[in-house]
Amino acid sequence: MDETVAEFIKRTILKIPMNELTTILKAWDFLSENQLQTVNFRQRKESVVQHLIHLCEEKRASLNDAALLDIIYTQFHQHQKVWDVFQMTKGPGEDVDLFDMKQFKNSFKKILQRALKNVTVSFRETEENAVWIRIAWGTQYTKPNQYKPTYVVYYSQTPYAFKSSSTLRRNTPLLGQALTVASKHHQIVKMDLRSRYLDSLKAIVFKQYNQTFETHNSTTPLQERSLGLDINMDSRIIHENIVEKERVQRITQETFGDYPQPQLEFAQYKLETKFKSDLNGSILAEREEPLRCLIKFSSPHLLEALKSLAPAGIADAPLSPLLTCIPNKRKNYFKIRDK
Amino acid sequence: MSVLRPLDKLPSLNTATILLVGTEDALLQQLADSMLKEDCASELKVHLAKSLPLPSSVNRPRIDLIVFVVNLHSKYSLQNTEESLHHVDASFFLGKVCFLATGAGRESHCSIHRHTVVKLAHTYQSPLLYCDLEVEGFRATMAQRLVRMLQICAGHVPGVSALNLLSLLRSSEGPSLEDL
Repeated sequence: MDETVAEFIKRTILKIPMNELTTILKAWDFLSENQLQTVNFRQRKESVVQHLIHLCEEKRASLNDAALLDIIYTQFHQHQKVWDVFQMTKGPGEDVDLFDMKQFKNSFKKILQRALKNVTVSFRETEENAVWIRIAWGTQYTKPNQYKPTYVVYYSQTPYAFKSSSTLRRNTPLLGQALTVASKHHQIVKMDLRSRYLDSLKAIVFKQYNQTFETHNSTTPLQERSLGLDINMDSRIIHENIVEKERVQRITQETFGDYPQPQLEFAQYKLETKFKSDLNGSILAEREEPLRCLIKFSSPHLLEALKSLAPAGIADAPLSPLLTCIPNKRKNYFKIRDK
Repeated sequence: MSVLRPLDKLPSLNTATILLVGTEDALLQQLADSMLKEDCASELKVHLAKSLPLPSSVNRPRIDLIVFVVNLHSKYSLQNTEESLHHVDASFFLGKVCFLATGAGRESHCSIHRHTVVKLAHTYQSPLLYCDLEVEGFRATMAQRLVRMLQICAGHVPGVSALNLLSLLRSSEGPSLEDL
C-alpha cells in the first residue's frame, strides 16, 4: 500500500469520532467481519487507528478504497461542508433520455481526466437515485490533493446537483461542464441558494418541505390551541389583545404552515439603488454609480427564527415578503435593484 | 378615539388593577407572574396588552397604574409605546403612568439609546424605571416595587397618593435632566 494512501486513510479514520467508528467501517465494507473483530475498540484512539491501518495494508487498500471511506465520512458529517445548488437545463428540442448510471460515471470521469491529467474521481450511489461524487484535484504537473476534495451530489432523476463549496474555485467551470455533458444536459446555472444542511436544501429545491406529519392534529381549531397556553395562567392575569394574538397566529400559520421549516443559516440581501431626491443639483443625485447596501440575517435556524418573530412581539405580522418568500423562491441570496 | 381615563369607573372593593403595555408578551407574562407572587393585602389584577387602544367590548375594572414596557433592543417596541401613549388621557400622567425600560444590561444588543427613553419619560412627566426583565432576581425586585406603587395608586395606602409618590420620585432626579 502506498505511503500516501496509508497516510490518507489514517487521517480520515482519525477524524471519525469513536462512537461512529464501527458504523462507518461497516458502511465502508472494506475490512471483513473477521478482521474487525480482531480490533479492540476500547483502546486509546491512536492504537485502534494503528491496528486498522495494519489491517488495511494486509488487504492492500487502494486510493479508490480510501476515497470511498472519505465519501462515507462526509456523508455522515454533511454539515461540515457548505453546499451550493446547481440547476441544469436541457437544450430546446432535446429528448428526455433514460438515465444510465454507468454511462454517466464513465463520461464524467473521462471528461475530467482528459482536461486535467491528475484527478481522482470516486462515486458512491445512494437511495433516491442519487450519486455522491468525490473529486480530488491536481494539475497537469502535480498529483491530486486528497485533502481538499470537492463533493457533488447529483439526483439523477432531477436536473439538480449539490456541490460543496471549496476554496479551489478555478475548477468549478470544468466541473460544471463535466456534469452537464455527462448527464446529457445543455446548460448549468448556479442557484442563489446555499446552506450547510443538505437535507433542507433538498426539501426546498424539490418542494418537499410543506408536508405535515400524519400525527399532527390539524383539525384542532385555532382558538383551542392558543388558549391551551392559558390553562396554567392565573385567573388574575387578563390578556387584553386576544383578538390581535389570534390574528398574528393565523397569519403566521398561513405564511409558514404547521410543518418544521427547512434549516438555513442566513439570508443575504444586496440593494442597489440610485439616489432619489426632490432637490435639483444635489451632488448625490448626479452620481452615476448606484448606492449599495448589504444586509445579512444569520441564525442557527433562520426560518424558524423568522416564524417566531411576530408571535414573540418583535415584529409586526405579516412579515415582509422578502423574508417569507425564501423557501418558495428557493433563494437565500437576493439582489434588489431599482425597477 | 377611545382613550383611557383614570376616574371614569368606580373602584372595586380592595382591588388594584395594573395594566402592562408592551410588545413582547413573554416578558409581560413573566413580570405578571412575579407580581402575583408578592404578598399583598389588596387583591391584584394584572392586565396585559400589546398596545392601546384596548378593545372596547370588554368589561374592565378601573385601571390604577399603567406601565409601558420598552425593550431597548427593539425600535418596534419604542414605536409601539409612542403610538399607545396617544390613547391615554392626560390626567393619567399625574402619577398613574410609569415607564419600564428593559434590556439595558446587554449594551451590544441595544438599538435605542437610553437618552431616548429618558426624554420620553421626561416629556410625559412620569418616572422611568430600569430592569432587565429576563433576569429572575431583578424581575422579582421590580415586581415588588411595582406592587407597592400599584397599592399607592389605587389609594390603598393611607396618607400617600399617586401624586405624592410622583413628586417624591421626581425630586430624586439629577440635574442632568435640565439639559434636555
